Amino acid sequence: MSALPPYASPLQRTWYYSFRIICGLIFFFLIFPILVILPLSFNAQDFFTFTKEMLALDPAGYSFKHYQDFFTNPDWQQALTNSVMIAPVATVLATSFGTLAAIGLSQSHVPYKPAIMAVLISPMIVPLIISAAGMYFFYSRIGLQGTYWGVVLAHAALGTPFVIITVTATLVGFDRSLVRAAANLGANPVTTFFKVQMPLIVPGVVSGALFAFITSFDEVVVVLFLGSAGQKTLPWQMFTGLREQISPTILAVASLMVAISICLLTVLELLRRRSERLRGLSPG
Amino acid sequence: MKLKTVILAGTALAFAGSSALATDLTLVSWGGAYQASQKAAYADPYTADNPDITVIWDESSAEAVAKLRAMNEAGNITWDLVDVVASDAIRLCDEGLALEIDPDTDLAAAPDGTPASEDFGDLLVSECFIPQIVYSTTFGYRSDVADWGGKEPDDICDVFDLEAFPGKRSLEKRPINNMEWALLCDGVAKEEVYDVLETEEGQDRAFAKLDTIKDNVVWWSAGAETPQLLADSEVVIGSTYNGRLFALIEEQKQPVKMLWDAQVFDLDGWIIPAGLPEDRLAEVKKFVKYATDTQRLADQAKYISYGPARKSSAPLVGKHASLGIDMAPHMPTDPENAKNTFLYNYEWWADYRDDIDAKFQAWLAQ
Amino acid sequence: MSDTTQDGQLLTTADGKPLKASLAKALRREKLRALMLIAPLLIFVLITFVAPIADMLFRSVENGIVADTLPKTVVALEAWDSTSGEAPDETVFAALYEDMVIAVDEKTHTRLGSRLNYEESGISSLFRKTGRRIKRMDEAGPFKEQFLDADKDWGTVETWQVLKRYSPRITSGYFLNSFDAQLTADGVEMKPEDERIYMFLFGRTLFLSIVITISCLLLGYPIAFLLAALPLRTSNLLMILVLLPFWTSLLVRTSAWKVLLQQQGVINDFLVWTGLISEAGRLVMINNQTGTIIAMTHILLPFMILPLYSVMKTISPTYVRAAKSLGANDWISFWRVYFPQSVPGIGAGAVLVFILSIGYYITPELVGGTSGIFISNRIAYHISSSLNWGLAAALGTLLLVAVMVLFVVYDKIVGIDNVKLG
Repeated sequence: MSALPPYASPLQRTWYYSFRIICGLIFFFLIFPILVILPLSFNAQDFFTFTKEMLALDPAGYSFKHYQDFFTNPDWQQALTNSVMIAPVATVLATSFGTLAAIGLSQSHVPYKPAIMAVLISPMIVPLIISAAGMYFFYSRIGLQGTYWGVVLAHAALGTPFVIITVTATLVGFDRSLVRAAANLGANPVTTFFKVQMPLIVPGVVSGALFAFITSFDEVVVVLFLGSAGQKTLPWQMFTGLREQISPTILAVASLMVAISICLLTVLELLRRRSERLRGLSPG
Repeated sequence: MKLKTVILAGTALAFAGSSALATDLTLVSWGGAYQASQKAAYADPYTADNPDITVIWDESSAEAVAKLRAMNEAGNITWDLVDVVASDAIRLCDEGLALEIDPDTDLAAAPDGTPASEDFGDLLVSECFIPQIVYSTTFGYRSDVADWGGKEPDDICDVFDLEAFPGKRSLEKRPINNMEWALLCDGVAKEEVYDVLETEEGQDRAFAKLDTIKDNVVWWSAGAETPQLLADSEVVIGSTYNGRLFALIEEQKQPVKMLWDAQVFDLDGWIIPAGLPEDRLAEVKKFVKYATDTQRLADQAKYISYGPARKSSAPLVGKHASLGIDMAPHMPTDPENAKNTFLYNYEWWADYRDDIDAKFQAWLAQ
Repeated sequence: MSDTTQDGQLLTTADGKPLKASLAKALRREKLRALMLIAPLLIFVLITFVAPIADMLFRSVENGIVADTLPKTVVALEAWDSTSGEAPDETVFAALYEDMVIAVDEKTHTRLGSRLNYEESGISSLFRKTGRRIKRMDEAGPFKEQFLDADKDWGTVETWQVLKRYSPRITSGYFLNSFDAQLTADGVEMKPEDERIYMFLFGRTLFLSIVITISCLLLGYPIAFLLAALPLRTSNLLMILVLLPFWTSLLVRTSAWKVLLQQQGVINDFLVWTGLISEAGRLVMINNQTGTIIAMTHILLPFMILPLYSVMKTISPTYVRAAKSLGANDWISFWRVYFPQSVPGIGAGAVLVFILSIGYYITPELVGGTSGIFISNRIAYHISSSLNWGLAAALGTLLLVAVMVLFVVYDKIVGIDNVKLG
């Protein structure tokens, strides 16, 4: 598949190129919707489509006004503040609990491992609407509905499975004789953890934290039910914006969020390479 | 080390967040132009006079009954004042989720001394309800539809006429109003609508009429949707609250016109959630007294075309705050607009809402 | 393994303890340490996540409201024979009066009315009307007459049958409702045709999820195939095109589709501009099933490509080469040799996409209109609009069971330990 051999028949030739065209179209389908909002977010008009001026590349057709609106409108700023206040705290909770648990799970003798694993992974598997419904009812009973901590705890719970999975993945290739060697050389378990295990699992912890962060930062269903005005996050504001007044400010916000995704993706990719290099899995 | 800093920073942020809530006044409203008018007419002047108070807006009025019930169950009321339509106020009052008020002590008297109970009069439809405005649900249509060959709808039944007025319509995703309009256009006399709707055959008749346009309907659940859909030409005619259409026509200058025929009057106002602690309740009552006095209600009409609920406010209604046009002709109660109005029966819907809602949703899904 | 040496002596450690006991102790300590590490998260997840789900399961059968609001009436009703064809006698009405006076005072009677109205329409108004009259009733009785005077429905057998049927604290009513059935005097019956909605919605959720899964598979397979076949450097580069959507906010992608699919949107504008469709013939691609299918296929496609790719990467090209050298043409060597080896990837991807899609809420809500919505949208409706929380819980439970069954299948194919991200 990788290259067309020189002896290929015309039929093979046709198939080779048409397959590439098909793949190209699918890639286009994947990426076009994300790219199309970038130019539209600079629309000088309040429309959701390309104006004549924009198509003619006339500078008058473009403006920063939707970005300006985002940065000056108190609703959007409040939503941004709330997101920034909720996501990091949820991430810290999810990452610290999740990392400890992943180390525990990677020990050779864990009683009831399948059952524990099923419980810990469940927040990722259960459909969000069911989690949201359950949390709404339960948190109402215990007075957490509509509070900051209610949303933080819920988001932390949703983020933990990702931390467990990523950290476990880095521990799979972990050579346990290193721990024994450290113990042999007189290090206590705490020192061993920080000096030997920690540096190796850091990439897993960080990418788990990124997953937990994005889970909270993007989450809308649970916060929609659990939150009140004081916890209105960016995705929530976008949701109401999309359902009610479809202002092009949403496209500016969306473009900024795409930029954030690109940053996260880059960090993750760098981490993956570092982790592979550290564990000698890839030539670099 | 770094982790520690992050945790500290996070906790600090969290505490900053919770301590800020202490002096907040959380007002629940509908968002959009309506909330903006409330902000301009009551909240902004109030916070200017009381700088220690911060107003937080929550656009949750559509889910107010559900959320208040959840808060009540938890015994943790996070809202201070909730803007709801009259029928929701009746329901909340019935369930003990809203506080009963005494109009004459809790609300300001008119400037000439008339007690509030008299000034609001019949509009105090429930012991918990503090009316603000009279609004109507009515239709707006685009005035530039080529397919209509120059004709413009002037009758409620034109909404159901796909031959003369082809194109998409937007209707609210609930039975209230839609069922009544359908029966009116199926030849039922105005006075008999609710009698007919009470019967199984009457409901089937209404659904059959709605079936004729079902494929051409976009269903909305938030009041801002129809104006947006009209502005984008996604629909050619649609129902919404008259004030939203005013903003679309007069402020955004869209080619849209009003169809006042068979508009349905309704009331909107505040309720105070039951179970607020004393200190917060005192703050809320102070705000309510201020926000529903004669001048404030008249001021609101400067920003949006809804009729003030006080009789004494009517003569004070003047010109639009920024457009400078007379507001009186844009009020749903203006004699020219109110030639043919439909009276919404709160009592009837309170009794039949659950039942007809279930059928309506089943009909919608099929 | 034996713990004694050949000559029957017990193996001991250096300090003289039996080796078996010492090893067992070490193992116990290790187990304990593992559990200690897991415990904080386990407790955290149990409280913040599992308890809410359990609470929801409980709500789907909980029905304390009748016995709590009308305690005396419920007791008095036990003596009444519901098949007698007659309304209960004065003692029951006297109990009802006492209960109602308290209920009206606490304003709980309307809540009870709405609860029973789910089972028998009209009861809500019965309780409201009676509540308004209760203060004017004569405390001395006779009560039956006064209640019948307030509303004649108190005299009908059906009203009392419903009250009696739903007086236990546990009910199957919400689950029956979820199956479009109801409990009547003659046992379980299907609801009238025009009120059946849930089986239809479950069916549609399944149907749309299958369509979405198939379209993800059709689009994802070639991409995964290409990525697995290309040299690592190129495929890593192209992988970004898959990962970027994966990492982009769900709402961003949904907004994008709203922009693209509207009647006045980018795609329609483009088609009109090229002359493929006329101005009047603009396509309706949003607020219906088409919108849901397109947007969700796009959103879930990376979840199909990633597992497929990880399986295909492990398929050695030598098999296909061997098949070709034995005379198979391209198609045969793909279909008979390559494809069977990629089936585990298809299974993993398809089950994952299917699990994710049957529980979707946001995207159908925004682009699905009325014909493209899922059962989740109905659950949300019952939580926030109709306030029928018991029914929302029952529907949620059914959906949860469906997902759990699928998850077990997924675990069999892939194993939870092997879930990979990114």
